[in-house]
Amino acid sequence: MSKKLIDLQNISKSYDGQLVLDDLNLYIKENEFITLLGPSGCGKTTTLRIIGGFETPEKGSVIFDGEDITHLPPYKRQLNTVFQKYALFPHMNIKENIAFGLKIKGKTQSYISDKIKYALKLVNLDGYENRMPDSLSGGQQQRIAIARAIVNEPKVLLLDEPLGALDLKLRQDMQYELIRLKNELGITFIYVTHDQEEALTMSDTIVVMNQGYIQQIGSPEKIYNEPENAFVADFIGDSNIIRSTMVRDKLVNILGVDFECVDTGFGNNKPVDVVIRPEDVILTECNTDNMQGRIQGVVSHLIFKGVHYEMEVQANGFEWLVHSTSFFPVGTLVSIDVDPFNIQIMNKPEFEDEEALKIDE
Amino acid sequence: MNSLQRNKKLLGTPYFIWCAFFIIIPLGMVFYYGLTDRNGSLTFENIAAITQPEHIKGLFLALGLSFLSTIICILLSYPLAMILSAMKVSTKSFVVFIFILPMWMNFLLRTMAWQTLLEKTGVINSVLTFLNLPVLKIINTPSAIVLGMVYNFLPFMVLPLYNCISKIDENVINAARDLGANSIKVFTRIILPLSVPGIISGITMVFIPALTTFVISKLLGGSKILLIGNIIEEEFTQASNWNLGSGLSIVLMIFIIISIIITNIFDKGGESNFL
Repeated sequence: MSKKLIDLQNISKSYDGQLVLDDLNLYIKENEFITLLGPSGCGKTTTLRIIGGFETPEKGSVIFDGEDITHLPPYKRQLNTVFQKYALFPHMNIKENIAFGLKIKGKTQSYISDKIKYALKLVNLDGYENRMPDSLSGGQQQRIAIARAIVNEPKVLLLDEPLGALDLKLRQDMQYELIRLKNELGITFIYVTHDQEEALTMSDTIVVMNQGYIQQIGSPEKIYNEPENAFVADFIGDSNIIRSTMVRDKLVNILGVDFECVDTGFGNNKPVDVVIRPEDVILTECNTDNMQGRIQGVVSHLIFKGVHYEMEVQANGFEWLVHSTSFFPVGTLVSIDVDPFNIQIMNKPEFEDEEALKIDE
Repeated sequence: MNSLQRNKKLLGTPYFIWCAFFIIIPLGMVFYYGLTDRNGSLTFENIAAITQPEHIKGLFLALGLSFLSTIICILLSYPLAMILSAMKVSTKSFVVFIFILPMWMNFLLRTMAWQTLLEKTGVINSVLTFLNLPVLKIINTPSAIVLGMVYNFLPFMVLPLYNCISKIDENVINAARDLGANSIKVFTRIILPLSVPGIISGITMVFIPALTTFVISKLLGGSKILLIGNIIEEEFTQASNWNLGSGLSIVLMIFIIISIIITNIFDKGGESNFL
């Protein structure tokens, strides 16, 4: 399980003089569902194309199963890609599409037809053998594209925003479908997406990327609960990112008020970024004999979101985003509190250009 | 039918009038003349006249030379169209522009220019003589006619091919490479089949005008080489035998229809169905 299957070493790539990937290092373990997540232009698709063999890095090497495949053309690699817009062969029917890779490898007719049956069953589209691609819906075409890739028994399946062109409901169904496929096939999935929800739902490991750099690698829980910098915190879910001061270990000063926290090792009186998820902000109504909260503020916006209310609270010069199942009308005086373990401390970036840049979407 | 649909149909009126006056009525006249003799009585003699040795020779020569020209056009255009579609947009439009630039000049003028170039004492031979090289003797031969046809009709092959190839999704090609196809297999299994509609349009736009031409053969073939087009033209202009000219035209039309049917058989997708 923990064997390194793909190892990207010091990969750099630029287009027209613009650096897309800068000295990227990343390894992918066997049987892992790994997601490259980031805004458009972050280099995630380029990374995938380098693994697939459609791009050659200017520097660095791609090691696959202990072998350097940096300059190997795509057709010699033991991996298959599912493209964003399906890329089915429009002049072939479904059967011929799925058989394409197997025919080239010179497999026997009976082997091929068995494989087609198996693959169509796996993606729940049996009976579609003789249909043409353009007679299928987007979701069906995408499932055929997956079937076409997996009949070749690749060790790794690369998926380039495969659900990007589908509508929300179908996308959610396909997410479960992909997890099931991954478990049934027992192979490595490398998934590229800009949709953080998709990444959190499906992945074993998420690689958050921005501007050609890896921002954080970790499990979905770790990425969500312990973002390493403001970019990750901002990109994954809603968050309140507040410039604060670390007074000493386990004590942080947020907007002039000291809060207990659980993080250590940031030094004394050091500037830090603090991330507080909107659902972790505890609101109580203020009245004269109840002042137990740390910070007092006023509810300035209120939106009903179904599961919860989304509120904005003006307090100590900061606009707090709060998700709560309790209802506080606009104008209510509230006090804000946060449990120590819900305060995530992050190092402030040391250089301006390292500062996690705004999301461009 | 609501009024909007009726109004839309009305928009077609000018075309229907055009169609009636310049296509259907002349076609009817061709059939009328072709199927009657000088006295106006019904006869199949004009059609049967194709079996006369000089007529059948003209027909087969025209078929052969047009076929050859079409093949040469495909062979020249395909690599060009592939190179073009791989170019950057800015370069691409410039090359396409250069390519269609000669088409802004009159067709007759261009063909006459070739006449001057190819003549025994023409431009090309003067240069060759000057360089002490053997002179070209292709004017007034079938080769000169093929050259003229290829030169004049090449853009009609390049443009549909280019159009068709550049529409092939790059990811479809990448998918084929991903599934194990090397460059040759990508070409034979993906690019070639997907460009069939372009080849079909190209063939239709080159073969048919080449088959019916009389100007190219007249200017570059001298008066010795008679294609079916020249024979028909002579019947109308010199012999004033409209009946025979029309009869031979009908035969030629049948051959064109046959050629379209044959090419369409190869075009399963039917994107360029001309019938």
